[in-house]
Amino acid sequence: MDWSQSLRLIAPEETLSIAGLVLLLVAAWGGDKASRLISILSVAALVAAMALVAPALCGGAMGPDTSAFFGQFHADAFSSFAKILIYGSAAITLVLAPSYFERFNSMRAEYPILVIFASIGMGMMVSAGDLLTLYIGLEMMSLASYVLAAFLRNDGRSAEAGLKYFVLGALASGILLFGMSLTYGFTGSTSFPLINAALANGLPTGALFGIVFMLIGLAFKISAVPLHMWTPDVYEGAPTPVTTFFATAPKVAGFGLLMRVLLDAFGGQSAAWQQIIVFIALASIVVGALGAIGQTNIKRLMAYSSINNVGFILVGLATTTQAGATGMLVYLTIYVAMSVAGFTAILMLKDADGNYVEEIAKLAGLSRTRPGLALALAMVMFSLAGIPPLLGFWGKFVVFQAAVQADMLALAAIGIAASVIGAFYYLKVVKVLYFDEPADVVTGESDVWHKIILVFSCLFISPFGYLLTGWLGANAEKATTALLAAL
Amino acid sequence: MSGFPILSLMLLVPLAAALVCLYLDAKGARWLALAATLVDFVLGVALWLNFDVGGAQWQFQESHALFSGFSYALGIDGIALLLILLTVFLMPVCIGASWKSVEKRVSEYMCAFLVTEALLLGVFMAQDLFLFYIFFEAGLIPMYLIIGIWGGADRIYASYKFFLYTLLGSVLMLIAMLWMVNTAGTTYIPTLMAYDFSPQAQTWLWLAFFASFAVKMPMWPVHTWLPAAHVQAPTAGSVILAGVLLKMGGYGFIRFSLPMFPEASAYFAPMIWGLSMAAVVITSLIALVQDDMKKLIAYSSVAHMAIVTVGLFAFNTQGLEGSMMVMLSHGLVSGALFLCVGIIYERLHTREISRYGGLAINMPRYSLFFLLFTMASIGLPGTSGFVGEFLSLAGIYQASSWTALICTTGIILGAAYMLYLYRRVVFGPQKNADAAAMLDLDAREILMVLVLGLSVLWMGVYPESFLAPMRSDIAALNARIARAAPAGDAKVTAGTEKPAHIETAHEGAH
Repeated sequence: MDWSQSLRLIAPEETLSIAGLVLLLVAAWGGDKASRLISILSVAALVAAMALVAPALCGGAMGPDTSAFFGQFHADAFSSFAKILIYGSAAITLVLAPSYFERFNSMRAEYPILVIFASIGMGMMVSAGDLLTLYIGLEMMSLASYVLAAFLRNDGRSAEAGLKYFVLGALASGILLFGMSLTYGFTGSTSFPLINAALANGLPTGALFGIVFMLIGLAFKISAVPLHMWTPDVYEGAPTPVTTFFATAPKVAGFGLLMRVLLDAFGGQSAAWQQIIVFIALASIVVGALGAIGQTNIKRLMAYSSINNVGFILVGLATTTQAGATGMLVYLTIYVAMSVAGFTAILMLKDADGNYVEEIAKLAGLSRTRPGLALALAMVMFSLAGIPPLLGFWGKFVVFQAAVQADMLALAAIGIAASVIGAFYYLKVVKVLYFDEPADVVTGESDVWHKIILVFSCLFISPFGYLLTGWLGANAEKATTALLAAL
Repeated sequence: MSGFPILSLMLLVPLAAALVCLYLDAKGARWLALAATLVDFVLGVALWLNFDVGGAQWQFQESHALFSGFSYALGIDGIALLLILLTVFLMPVCIGASWKSVEKRVSEYMCAFLVTEALLLGVFMAQDLFLFYIFFEAGLIPMYLIIGIWGGADRIYASYKFFLYTLLGSVLMLIAMLWMVNTAGTTYIPTLMAYDFSPQAQTWLWLAFFASFAVKMPMWPVHTWLPAAHVQAPTAGSVILAGVLLKMGGYGFIRFSLPMFPEASAYFAPMIWGLSMAAVVITSLIALVQDDMKKLIAYSSVAHMAIVTVGLFAFNTQGLEGSMMVMLSHGLVSGALFLCVGIIYERLHTREISRYGGLAINMPRYSLFFLLFTMASIGLPGTSGFVGEFLSLAGIYQASSWTALICTTGIILGAAYMLYLYRRVVFGPQKNADAAAMLDLDAREILMVLVLGLSVLWMGVYPESFLAPMRSDIAALNARIARAAPAGDAKVTAGTEKPAHIETAHEGAH
């Protein structure tokens, strides 16, 4: 493995890094006036990076040819799958942002650059073949995210969200680092294949603690119970485009990383972590469902809904099988589309003066004042609840299918029965939208880009999305084959 | 007509019309919905005429591998054919019933109805397990909206109850389906119907399916969503709910539970009998004390559905055929009864029985049709109700004479509550001035009740038209479950036949 080969494999990261640095200079000289140009160029850079990673996914790249820097970095089909989702959702959040921030006169040139650096970090997370790559990627994402959460400097809620995210995130990173050091101490390596090999003959108690601490740190990043407490506050406080970003890209990166660590590094010791994941999955489903019932702010509701969905995605991981991992990727893709659709619709909820409406009660009777928007939100709600024929059902279907194939019937039955609790609060939103008398609050005009994104994401989660299930499943399977071959 | 995708066309017509409806005004949406449902009805009749009675079990098959994990496979047998006919027949009536009574958000209403029609048809046509599930579950969304937007005072509570009850039942069935597909290695329903699962697995699978179908049916004691939903749904919503939606439970039992899990069905048959006996007696008694007409008919639906379940789990041909006939007849009769209630509700805006009285004087034509449907609901010979109930009870008598005895009291109680209802509404003095001033049926209403009335009589006088298409399917099903049939306590022995007797009536006639 020579350096030129390695540098070729990280071409997407190089593109994004150079773009980020150059745009930083543009921002330094151009100031906030250049923010629109920087946004456009950032989206172009992200799209270019997507184009660069796509061949690896289509070709199902895997094995030693795809590992760079002596196995520290994998540019295989799995990382490509995750990166396409990450870069795609980052680009979408950039498109969503300008009209929102301009409302508060705080569209700053740094925003797209921070998103780009966060995306590089997330790309590294899903490509990690070594605990150090993992940590560098994670911190790169986190530091950018903390700033993004507090991006509305004059807004108390945004500052609070940033601070909370930072304090708790730093704590989680510390715990993760502690787990990594334990793992290193008891296995003698930071490389995933070597850790796996070292644990082949049994699991020392110290390494078990390492797994548990690492899981705690990673559960924070994907906002799984019991490390979910920050989610509602951060989702509510952060500017809505940033919330869209948090709900999509870091989730994909977090799950990608979790799958790398658990299925590659600790793949041989699945018995040690399987029951932890089962617990986290069921707890997330139940807590997410129950917590959402009392919410009156739609962004907080979406936060609990994301906790709930994280639980369902973890059901796939709990199976420890390839089918489960494939199901997770399919679910993640659909979940990203649902979140994009949901938050775009939330961004379009504006009153006559252009203020953003987040109170669910104020959406009463939206179906009569803005039928298209209400239909989109209702579709998102039914899809998140997993009611066919919307595509959200397919996500649940594949992970539960994997659970049944792995003979985990109790997990599947409890998980799916708990989804009925979740259906209750989604129905509540639909009830407000469709059954209540119009409150006539949401009357503001919507940005044309928001409309375009909403239409496309809604088309994806509509029954037409089922036509893509074959293609999606095949690609997800290529990705997980590469994941398991990375050892 | 082989090769022509008539089933897909029947799904496509209402779906396309539903989309167009959203962009039309009230008048256009009404006419388009009526036209689309009539086109579907014509297609349904064409389906019936082209259905080869006694031919292949599965006809009009289509299959395309469009999705991952399951395929778009459609096809019908005689059982599905009859339920499809019921659906496409009731739908134009439903649109007619909401012609004037629905005034707000008409185009969305018609859209929801057309989507419901397509999904219901999909349930009966699907030949792939997961395709079936998608249609089965998706029906919840439009029905939730119909009850919640256009329902009465307590509509929100009713819509939640309807949605969450049925969803909880169905998700467990999904897990069972996933397990079955994983074990049998196919999602194709006809293959699964012939697949023998181990008796132990059957028990769990049967219970999971039961959780779904019992709620949809609905069986006592999980029937409580039905009165709530019915009372609050608009008239046409009630008609379609009672007429077709409830049949999905029965269809589920006959298509899945019985052929796929015969041993478990036999094992749990006494439980079904027990629940059905309880349902017949309890819900009939509850119906007797209702002040609300729609609630009364809703409870009578639960009692009738109990006759369906005892017939299904009688494990013989009479019982199965009888159940199908009760389902078809109940679809027409309860639909017609809800329509009758809707007609006077439109005039007086109350469902309270005591606000009416003496309608025979000012609404003689209405009284005549209402009487016909009342008699059909009771099961008077010559009406459709008699054929099914008689066959079902004859069937269950062979399996369990006690069950037959107690379920037959349902007929007597049914006569009691229906005649009591009829007496209070139609006979007696005209004690309320506004009720006495109501106008008799207009042409639109006469047309709707007339077609329903004629079909009720047709099914009662010449049931062979409806028995013929399903005879071979019922026979195949009976042969499939015969190995598990419980020994009956009645010990019925056939009489000796006259040697010269010639069987004539069994040629397919329609």
